[in-house]
Amino acid sequence: MNKFPYFPHTDEDLRLMLARVGVESLDDLYSDVPDDFLYKGEYDLKPAMSEQEVRAYFEGLADRNSHLTCFVGQGAYDHYTPSVVPYITQRSEFLTAYTPYQCEISQGTLRYIFEYQSMVCRLTGMDVSNASMYDGPTAAAEAMRMAIACARKKDTVLLSSTLLPQVIDVVKTYAKYYGARIVMISAEDGQTSRDALSALLESDDTIAGVILPSINRYGIIEDHSSFADAVHAKKAILIEYCDLSTLAVLKTPAEWGADVAVGDGQSLGIPLCYGGPYVGFMACRKDYLRKLPGRIVGQTLDKDGKRVFVLTLQAREQHIRREKATSNICSNESLMALWVTVYLSLMGSEGMKEVNELSYDGAHYLYDELLKTGKFEKVFDRPFLKEFVLKPLIDVQSLQTKLYNAGFFAALQTEEGYVTFCVTEKRTVDEMNRLISIIKED
Amino acid sequence: MKYYDKLIFELSKKGRTAYSLPKVTLPCRMEKELDESLARTEPLELPEVSEVDVVRHYTALSQMNFGVDTGFYPLGSCTMKYNPKINEEIAAMQSFAALHPLQPKETTEGAERVIAELDAALAAITGMRHFTFKPCAGAHGELTGLMIIREYHLSRGDMKRTKIIVPDSAHGTNPASAAACGLEIVEAKSNADGLVDVEDLRPLLDDTIAGIMMTNPNTLGLFEKDICRIATLVHEAGGLLYYDGANMNPLLGKVRPGDMGFDVMHLNLHKTFSTPHGGGGPGSGPVGVCEKLVPFLGVNTSGYHGNFGVMLRAYAYILMLGRENVKLAGPLAVLNANYIKESLKHKYKLPITSVCKHEFVFDGLINDGAKEGVAGATTLDVAKRLLDYGFHAPTIYFPLLFHQALMIEPTETESKETLDDFIAVMEQIADEAAQDANILHEAPHATPISRPDETTAARNPILHY
Amino acid sequence: MSKIIEGLLYSESHEWVKVEGDIAVVGVSDYAQAEMGEITYVDLPQVDDEFAAGEEFGALESVKASSDLYSPVSGVVTEVNTALEDAPELVNEDSYANWLIKVRMTNPSETEELMNADSYKTHINE
Repeated sequence: MNKFPYFPHTDEDLRLMLARVGVESLDDLYSDVPDDFLYKGEYDLKPAMSEQEVRAYFEGLADRNSHLTCFVGQGAYDHYTPSVVPYITQRSEFLTAYTPYQCEISQGTLRYIFEYQSMVCRLTGMDVSNASMYDGPTAAAEAMRMAIACARKKDTVLLSSTLLPQVIDVVKTYAKYYGARIVMISAEDGQTSRDALSALLESDDTIAGVILPSINRYGIIEDHSSFADAVHAKKAILIEYCDLSTLAVLKTPAEWGADVAVGDGQSLGIPLCYGGPYVGFMACRKDYLRKLPGRIVGQTLDKDGKRVFVLTLQAREQHIRREKATSNICSNESLMALWVTVYLSLMGSEGMKEVNELSYDGAHYLYDELLKTGKFEKVFDRPFLKEFVLKPLIDVQSLQTKLYNAGFFAALQTEEGYVTFCVTEKRTVDEMNRLISIIKED
Repeated sequence: MKYYDKLIFELSKKGRTAYSLPKVTLPCRMEKELDESLARTEPLELPEVSEVDVVRHYTALSQMNFGVDTGFYPLGSCTMKYNPKINEEIAAMQSFAALHPLQPKETTEGAERVIAELDAALAAITGMRHFTFKPCAGAHGELTGLMIIREYHLSRGDMKRTKIIVPDSAHGTNPASAAACGLEIVEAKSNADGLVDVEDLRPLLDDTIAGIMMTNPNTLGLFEKDICRIATLVHEAGGLLYYDGANMNPLLGKVRPGDMGFDVMHLNLHKTFSTPHGGGGPGSGPVGVCEKLVPFLGVNTSGYHGNFGVMLRAYAYILMLGRENVKLAGPLAVLNANYIKESLKHKYKLPITSVCKHEFVFDGLINDGAKEGVAGATTLDVAKRLLDYGFHAPTIYFPLLFHQALMIEPTETESKETLDDFIAVMEQIADEAAQDANILHEAPHATPISRPDETTAARNPILHY
Repeated sequence: MSKIIEGLLYSESHEWVKVEGDIAVVGVSDYAQAEMGEITYVDLPQVDDEFAAGEEFGALESVKASSDLYSPVSGVVTEVNTALEDAPELVNEDSYANWLIKVRMTNPSETEELMNADSYKTHINE
């Protein structure tokens, strides 16, 4: 036997076990596999490394990443992570647990999911939440399918063109193969056009749902007054795409009259980690509960009358309903749901308000100072929170190179040719002033 | 494990704080500037607790949980292997964790190298050409892989291929993913040996078939020996073969799906490649394709680059394994499965006796203790009784082909002693059932809670605090 | 032994029909409810929804199973038994007293295709 820390078998174990099974060698266990399929070559992998070598190898790779101070959002936000959060989520009883199907030995997981669902309901104002989705864009795509499932016999979903590009992209991908029709709602002065929406609703009887961003790709806080009435008048459902952190201060999807709320919970202290793992969320009004995809935890009593938690309403799910399930999702982002639950427990509503205020104040300071440099122009005159776009009056390419060299990730160019900035509570005034002074140079 | 009843909301006391934020240095503007019409009016009620409260609360919750670090999971089709600790340290490295997904590639060279090297390593292990890492879990991989199949047909102007063949023994995600991809499901029957019936398959293959989804070994732990003929038939009919990688572990280091004729596959990095299951994710479900499908790998099914943190862990595992140890991973897993099967078949019904791969299925107890006035012990009872003895339950009532299915999969990281303990407990449970099935009906007895009332949970859902 | 009521018509998928003029009252048989076990939810259509004979109109759910409901006749839903929304257990208690939907038939001759009590008895014993 090779000596390898993850294989416990000794030579003697092998001998005894093979004898019990009634074969001579490990190879004999594959006697049912046609010989052609048994791989006899050397695998094109590196030779086995010791743990020390693996660590050194990754340190070497890590050194090839530039550590940049982050002034970009676009769906992934550099908020601070309190140290309690990774400390708790790394507990092996959470980390190495399976899906909580055996509820008697999974009350830890089930309870935190129940707490997570409760917090998502409070942030969004919705009645019910599922146990999480992969990320924001896939949650939006599932909401698209949910709208069509609720409407029966209608196949169109309207998407605002002010949604983040990756959200539009993923929803369109899902729709293409699912057989749904996507129609874009145009923007007016940086926000979803109410007139364009009305015109589409008037002219088309196949609309099952409408997806709008609560904060959009330009960082603008959208005003959705009376949007819900228009959508509901056509018996379609309204889906709001949100940044979960900002709902602590902004009008909730429920307050806008939405039926479904989706989005990403990454902004609740989840590290950027080059794009994942994050956590998608999905919540809805109780009328739509049975169409909600994904796992859901509910409260009940055990035989002794103790309050306990179980996975419930499973008859919607793939392992029971197979092709008629509301979705194919099973594994979601459970541990990241714990991450945001612990984060929200630490922050409380006051902390969440302060995080948003600090981000708001920083972003508005940077916005004003950048305009003062004369190298940018205003694009929109609309309310924003932590993220905004400007029109560059200088060469963006060379500006960016200069910024990377100085250790900043900022002024990312958008599809429209604007540059985008984002400020969270993590950015200090000193960092902003350094960024501004580099931009001011030349 | 100790029962603990509180929810975090119930620890709340007005005025307590568990956060600290930097002092405000800029003028406070939000309250003044943000128009009321855009602001939240409903007060946000979150727990007000101290940092100690948070730590103790979640520690108490964790103590009601079972994980791989607690004990053995004989969980069929779930591959609950040991999660190496070095993986966690690698994934937490600041130089990876702080990277923004939209940073230009010239500033993320290390991360890009990880992705490229992991791609090459998975290609070497599976015989596929390239992988996309966008999918965040196995089912997400299935959906992405099926989209690639559809895109391939559409690119050739072949619009008729809207059906997919799924064997009756398939994981439930297969038909659900196919439906989400707009495909109509055609079921292929298993024969008496539990394998896909080639003769049953043949008439299903016409020019409306986009492909077939298979897992090999299948959910009974049996190697589909006719895979070569199946591949030829499907390919001749113009379809493609999809490999559900949930059952890849027994093939690790031994057989490559690409060599069996599969065109598209997904892997579950949280199964075969040792990344933790996290109580239900985050996982990662990379999709690999053969050469001719590489142009379609760009199908965009998630926000950025997939679950990069999970990819880091999987690559650390592959580097530890290396080309030497990889060859033993599958065979040791298969040895462990067969060892349990052979050791327990005198107490549990074994419907299929041939050599299994990573998993096998018992169809309930041989003697379930049924007698006048006492119902026999069911598979659910056995599963619940196992919890009393410190083991996780196997997968139960799946596959649907057997009414009392107990699907058992040990992995290569379990020692002979662990397996022997498990075998002894399973024997003891069988003896208990034979003597007094009521002990099992009432199980579990030693867990923090007893069996819950799931009917009331579903009839009158309470879904938040 | 499951209960079968004389005078009702039955479908192969275990729905029963009581014809009242051009209205068909639709429920599930006692056999069907017993097979499901404790019913936790009855998924029903909305008034004015239209179904063809044999088309799915809803589902019964239990904790670990789900069973689709198929319309025995073609027509438009005129009434839905809303009592079942909050009390799905009524179907377990008496699946004949607790009907699911009423349908205004567009092709009443379709009822000729359904089974009488005797044939249905044979059907479930097969």
